[in-house]
Amino acid sequence: MEFVTFEKVSLAYEEGGPLAIRDVSLSVRKNEFIAVVGPSGCGKSTLMKLVSGLSNPTSGYVYLNGREISGPQKCIGMAFQASNLLPWRTTLQNVMLPLEIVQPYRSQMRKKRKEFEEMARALIARVGLAGWEDKYPWELSGGMQQRASICRALIHKPELLMLDEPFGALDAFTREELWCMLQDLWREQPFTVVLVTHDLREAVFLADTVYVMSKGPGEILVRREVDLPRPRTLEDTYTEGFASQVHVLRDHIGAIRKH
Amino acid sequence: MAFNRRKFMIRNASWMLIVVLLLLWEILCVGLEVPEYLFPAPTAVWSAGIDRWEPIMMHAWQTFFTTLVGFAIAVVVGVVLGIAVGTYPIVYKALYPLLVGFNSIPKVAFVPVLVVWFGIGTVPAILTAFLISFFPVLVNVATGLATLEPELEDVMRSLGASKLDILRKVGLPRALPYFFASLKVAITLAFVGSVISETVASNMGIGYLMMAASSSMDMALVFAGLIVIGVMGVVMYELFAWMEKRFTRWANRGSNSVAV
Repeated sequence: MEFVTFEKVSLAYEEGGPLAIRDVSLSVRKNEFIAVVGPSGCGKSTLMKLVSGLSNPTSGYVYLNGREISGPQKCIGMAFQASNLLPWRTTLQNVMLPLEIVQPYRSQMRKKRKEFEEMARALIARVGLAGWEDKYPWELSGGMQQRASICRALIHKPELLMLDEPFGALDAFTREELWCMLQDLWREQPFTVVLVTHDLREAVFLADTVYVMSKGPGEILVRREVDLPRPRTLEDTYTEGFASQVHVLRDHIGAIRKH
Repeated sequence: MAFNRRKFMIRNASWMLIVVLLLLWEILCVGLEVPEYLFPAPTAVWSAGIDRWEPIMMHAWQTFFTTLVGFAIAVVVGVVLGIAVGTYPIVYKALYPLLVGFNSIPKVAFVPVLVVWFGIGTVPAILTAFLISFFPVLVNVATGLATLEPELEDVMRSLGASKLDILRKVGLPRALPYFFASLKVAITLAFVGSVISETVASNMGIGYLMMAASSSMDMALVFAGLIVIGVMGVVMYELFAWMEKRFTRWANRGSNSVAV
């Protein structure tokens, strides 16, 4: 079943201005994990804004769950390169923020606060932050902040998780740890993921399908399925099958950069 | 031992500087035999303060009261306008040039107008204190709201948050440090406003006291009045500095390592 569909979508931020993306068509199945890779400035983030309804396409159509998107969507989880945690809230309070906004949690907040808190604590423990619930963001390391940020994106059980280079600012070890964490979360309780990244290994490790985009205006050049078995482990990233997948993508990107 | 003395010096630097300046002042006045009606020595100011303690206190309370009322109105108006300016670009475009122009007018120029409208006394003093101190509150609240990270707004909007939700959950808490910083500036300005108005058009308050004293060449009393205003200003400033620390501890953590 198709969950997100793009039909020949173009977008210019200013009327008559240059296109950020051009004629993008793609479709994402429910609970599919897709990654969008490409050189910087290829409109990857624009893609995210379109799916979440924060921007409207200049031409073409974007469908979510069979309905055309108009206006901001509810029930989407988002995480960015910067964790964007609120510094006046503890980790637990930060993670619970969506529950104060999204229905039906919002109206049940008063009655079920304890229950929701347990839910948040469980998720926080699940990403390895047990014991850090009552710490403030600046007391957490970059990797921990990012874990908390992903908790916040998932606490309200969204059907769609949008990740915009979520691990871009982390060191290599932490990044790989978080790949595994994300994969585990996704396998336990599937949801649809759109991951924007420029790390090809990350894309191959995590995604079912990888889309390669060209430099502005962004167009989809290649759609490539990654048929490596799951769960994928960090060991797998050193196998030949994995390396050849990365290599193929690398060649496509290299070809773009030459133009 | 030397280390401890250094620490002691830093902690008490402001008091020591005051003592040194007072001593210099006293030595200058006594050594050069400056007449008291020109420039009284600190001891003369002190004794004038003790002698006239009751009238000084009465006028000081008047000034304190008008300042606080004007300041309170300024905070309310500043916050409301600040939220409007910081949230709605149209309000910002429309209002901002006007406000900047208004703020450039010396507030003492308003006092005669206020006197015509409200008579002399407390009301013009309150209004002058208000007029002079609401601008920093407005600008800071607006800045705090307008500098909200776009990504954070995206996160909130993608959850289906309304504009009011974003304001309540993110905008206002985030603007709080800016707000408290502005209170420190505004309270000292409010004192300036009320004293200006009192010197021009009042028969109450420290400003009036100083005008009356200077016209009878009682410079010791003028200086006593100046010092009383200074002390009130410092006390109120410290109060708001303390509140700022108390309520926005998260913003004063002394490290910028967090990616907010």
